[in-house]
Amino acid sequence: MTTLRREGFRPATYLLMAGLLLLTLILCLCVGSVMIPLSDTFEVLWSAIKGQPSGTPAHQSILLHVRLPRVLCVGLSGAALSLGGAAMQGLLRNPLAEGSTLGVSSGASLGAVLAIAMGFTIPGIPLAGTAAMAVLFAFLSLMLILSLSLVMDRSLSTNTLILVGVVFSLFVSSLINVVIALYSDKIRSIAFWTMGSLAGSTYQDAAMLAIALFLSSLVLFPLASELNAFAVGEENARHVGVSVKRVKLAIMISVCVLIGVCVAVGGTIGFVGLVVPHIVRLMTGPNHKRLLPGSAFIGAVFLLLSDLAARTVFRPAELPIGVITSLVGAVVFVSIMFRSRKAVRT
Amino acid sequence: MLSASDLTVQYGDRKVLDHVSFTLDAGQWLMVVGPNGAGKSTLLGAIAQTVPSTGQVLVLGQDARHMRARKLARIMGVLSQSHRVGYGFTVEEVVALGRYAHRGQVFAASDPQGEEMVNQALRLTGMEDIRRQSVLTLSGGELQRTFLAQVFAQNPDLLLLDEPSNHLDLKYQREVYALIEQWLQTPGRAVLSVVHDLSLARKYGTHTLLMDKGVATHFGPCAEVLTRDNLEQVYGMDVVGWLTSLLSVWTD
Repeated sequence: MTTLRREGFRPATYLLMAGLLLLTLILCLCVGSVMIPLSDTFEVLWSAIKGQPSGTPAHQSILLHVRLPRVLCVGLSGAALSLGGAAMQGLLRNPLAEGSTLGVSSGASLGAVLAIAMGFTIPGIPLAGTAAMAVLFAFLSLMLILSLSLVMDRSLSTNTLILVGVVFSLFVSSLINVVIALYSDKIRSIAFWTMGSLAGSTYQDAAMLAIALFLSSLVLFPLASELNAFAVGEENARHVGVSVKRVKLAIMISVCVLIGVCVAVGGTIGFVGLVVPHIVRLMTGPNHKRLLPGSAFIGAVFLLLSDLAARTVFRPAELPIGVITSLVGAVVFVSIMFRSRKAVRT
Repeated sequence: MLSASDLTVQYGDRKVLDHVSFTLDAGQWLMVVGPNGAGKSTLLGAIAQTVPSTGQVLVLGQDARHMRARKLARIMGVLSQSHRVGYGFTVEEVVALGRYAHRGQVFAASDPQGEEMVNQALRLTGMEDIRRQSVLTLSGGELQRTFLAQVFAQNPDLLLLDEPSNHLDLKYQREVYALIEQWLQTPGRAVLSVVHDLSLARKYGTHTLLMDKGVATHFGPCAEVLTRDNLEQVYGMDVVGWLTSLLSVWTD
């Protein structure tokens, strides 16, 4: 008798992905405008772990104060955005749904800008106020966008969602300009944040991303079966016994936490949540037991490599990381639009 | 097993379903028939709790509205009229979703019977050979059989079917009805299905709920409900005469 195909990855696959991620991390630490030999990198990292700093002072400073926090933030953001994208695409049964295409990232930006303008902070953790507002606004935006789309088209078709997302993003960018005009005294800090990439990341940023990723993973990974049911169809999900409202809310909150914290730390990095789950789906099929962990791993690697390209291709000049992801993303976006319903794995 | 009383669905001022009541006992196959717009699919949605309604639906004596989705799914399986799957899941993955309600919550995901039930459902519906194929590559009939396999794998006591032979050619139409008839032989089971084909309703049903413009005009054993007069009243034409004349083309 034929047995059911295993749904999740084998342990060996997880090991392989972890190894790939580790290699990418090391590559990104060594390569940059200043090349640091592998042996020096290991020496600096190892001595820092032991608490007795050694190695070339210049290398120490570059690795420990600039590259390591940045690389950690980039990797965590890549994983978070891709995981969020994969979950959103399953929930809405729409391969083009993602923070930046839906307008949720724009909403989160508005929250972040408002927090900076009004000086909303939580003592001790500099970015926590901005992140909290970004998460809240991401959630409010998602609710608004989905309600608007539902009123226009009950089937929540791709065209409606993307159209509403584009209009909402334009609307929100106008609101951001209004905020900037009203709080002209804060224009410097707002401008610093809006231009901000992951270049000036700190360990605190990395810790916040890690916590957001950890908590959201705790919610999302156990909901892989429910996401499969939603990806087949919401009505079908109800019929097979999924508590639709409760699960939907849990997924949406988790996704908004992921997007909100990423936006607060690194601004809007478009298309990551679109490109990565799409590539992973081509490799592993749409089952979320593979798609979610696969997207998190590949997302980290993808964003690390994009960041590496952004800071090395035209060195010493540096491109914003969003330029690279949008270049790749636009091509994938168009290809998904064209592929429509044909050719998936058989 | 199932009783509905005063089920009403209203969109704005329009009542799509108007105080519909009926009962369904074990061993019965209730056919819901009526012209387009009679509210047949809405009735099915109201029973399945996917369409908001007023009135009461009792499933095995319990109010379906207050039942947890998992519990309801273990008792009641629903086959929708149309299926649009967005991603390339395999046939097997879609069928295995039918076991969702039988699996333990989150960390206790055990379902000892699951694999056997999925295999059996795939075999019954003739989908075993293409179990690893993407649902995006299936014909309408194969997709219909995939979702039928899903409800069989769900192993409920009560089946709600909306046009079960939709998209199926005559061979599979006959097979699917025979399958459901066979499924119903097990004691403690019942079927409610929405059908357009009155001959199928007459042949396989035990009871009929005849509907028109949201109202249940007649309810009872098929022989008493599906009469020339009742059908003419609801459809506004001599249905029996038309069906007989259709059949006569084959006897000449």
